[in-house]
Amino acid sequence: MQYLLMIYRSEAELFKMNEADRQKMSAEYGTFTQSIIQSGQFKAGDGLQPSTTATTVRVREGKVLTTDGPFAETREQLGGYYLVEAKDLDAAIAIAGRIPGAREGSIEVRPIMIYSPELVQARSGRA
Amino acid sequence: MTSAEIEKIFRDETGRALATLIRLVGDFDLAEDALQEAFAAALERWPSTEVPANPRAWLVNVARNKAIDRIRRQISFRAKEAELTHEAQLDAEILPEEDSLVLDDDMLRLIFTCCHPSFATEVQVALTLRTVCGLSTAQVARAFLVSEEAMGQRLVRAKQKIRLAGIPYQVPERDALSLRLRGVLAVIYLVFTEGYVATSGEALMRPDLAREAIRLARLLDTLMPGRREVKGLLALILLHDARRAGRETKGGDIVLLEEQDRTLWDQAQIAEGLRLVEEALQLPGRAEAYAVQAAIAALHARAPNFQDTDWKQIAGLYEVLLRISPSPVIELNHAAAVSMVDGPARALDLIDALQARGGLDGYELLPAVRADLLRRLGRHQAAREAYLAAAAATQLEPLRRLYARRLAELDR
Repeated sequence: MQYLLMIYRSEAELFKMNEADRQKMSAEYGTFTQSIIQSGQFKAGDGLQPSTTATTVRVREGKVLTTDGPFAETREQLGGYYLVEAKDLDAAIAIAGRIPGAREGSIEVRPIMIYSPELVQARSGRA
Repeated sequence: MTSAEIEKIFRDETGRALATLIRLVGDFDLAEDALQEAFAAALERWPSTEVPANPRAWLVNVARNKAIDRIRRQISFRAKEAELTHEAQLDAEILPEEDSLVLDDDMLRLIFTCCHPSFATEVQVALTLRTVCGLSTAQVARAFLVSEEAMGQRLVRAKQKIRLAGIPYQVPERDALSLRLRGVLAVIYLVFTEGYVATSGEALMRPDLAREAIRLARLLDTLMPGRREVKGLLALILLHDARRAGRETKGGDIVLLEEQDRTLWDQAQIAEGLRLVEEALQLPGRAEAYAVQAAIAALHARAPNFQDTDWKQIAGLYEVLLRISPSPVIELNHAAAVSMVDGPARALDLIDALQARGGLDGYELLPAVRADLLRRLGRHQAAREAYLAAAAATQLEPLRRLYARRLAELDR
């Protein structure tokens, strides 16, 4: 079996966090990630940019509609995900518009966080 | 050169200078900060020396160097590979005086980025007013009736989204261009509409916003010549704006079209609008909504008075609009035109039918249009109720006063 583990947390709390706590959290994540890599259980994982950077894509009557912000519909639930490489947001929206689920439901497009080398080191627990 | 003249140059050049700088330095915030520093340098130097022949190129060059300085300072603190690469690119860029086509493209890049569909419409409007038009954050905040702090936050988040979500700094490709251009025109029209009839407050009009919209539409017509929708929109807003002086009394009360002193209308602006409508209608392609609306405005502008307006043709043009871009506003305007051709009873039937379909739910001007039709039909009690509903629905003081006036007339 494979499982998708989704991390929910308060962005407001996260933004308020001081630098020391932030580093402590990063190190904890690093340790955790390493542990599941070593146990052979890690498939893929990433941090996401804040929800203010999100764009929601729907296709209705053949037209791609975009809205600012994260997906906020309680009648629909997360049903899957793709992690894709795209040169910019326009390219990512174009791909999202081709996902069959976009015709009935919604696709939230959220950029993946890119860590600076120091942070990646901290994450992998080597710092 | 006086500081007022220098301020005017800043105001005129901000959008274009910023557009090129963002391409050169690859970051909105860095470009804005660097341009502010360049303005400060100009304020220091220009009063005592000669103003450079090409002030925009001067500003861009100075700002670009300030940006390079900033990047260098950052690198000396943290040796970041990516930024070193970036600096190398920055040094290799050609100075921006040369190619006017590239510079025009910069301005379009900025406009299309600010009006990107991944932003909420009000964010698109705010970003456009701030960066393309060069309004201050305080001025943009006033346009939205929010605090400067709240607007500042909104703009910071928007620029953060550009950077983090990878919104491309480019003019859309050919197959996406028409759709994206429609979004840009919608933003310009929204800015104009708020300037033409404000949403709320004491003043009917906000001429500064109308002026910005005209400036934007003109700019777009220069940058993308020969596009019907752009010419149509520019003609439409020029013709509407040309009536400005006739639309209110000195005391700020609304003067309706039928009572306006047409000698107060700006004839030069009307002539320009009429010329643009002709051009837009002659360009090949299907009927285009802004051009058709402009054609209607042209019929009003040409009419000697309210009664002798070509209402039949206006009603016909609204029918065209109902086919190509139906909306409650168009339905209401169509009904108003029909009332001048076939009488108010026929118009009232149209509106009641539409209302029964739920097509006008929550539409603020509906009771006002109904009230006028009922008044003309002599149905005073129903008209009175509709005027009261209209007054309750608006947040704009001059409209409230207009409805109060009508109520008083009914009681006479």
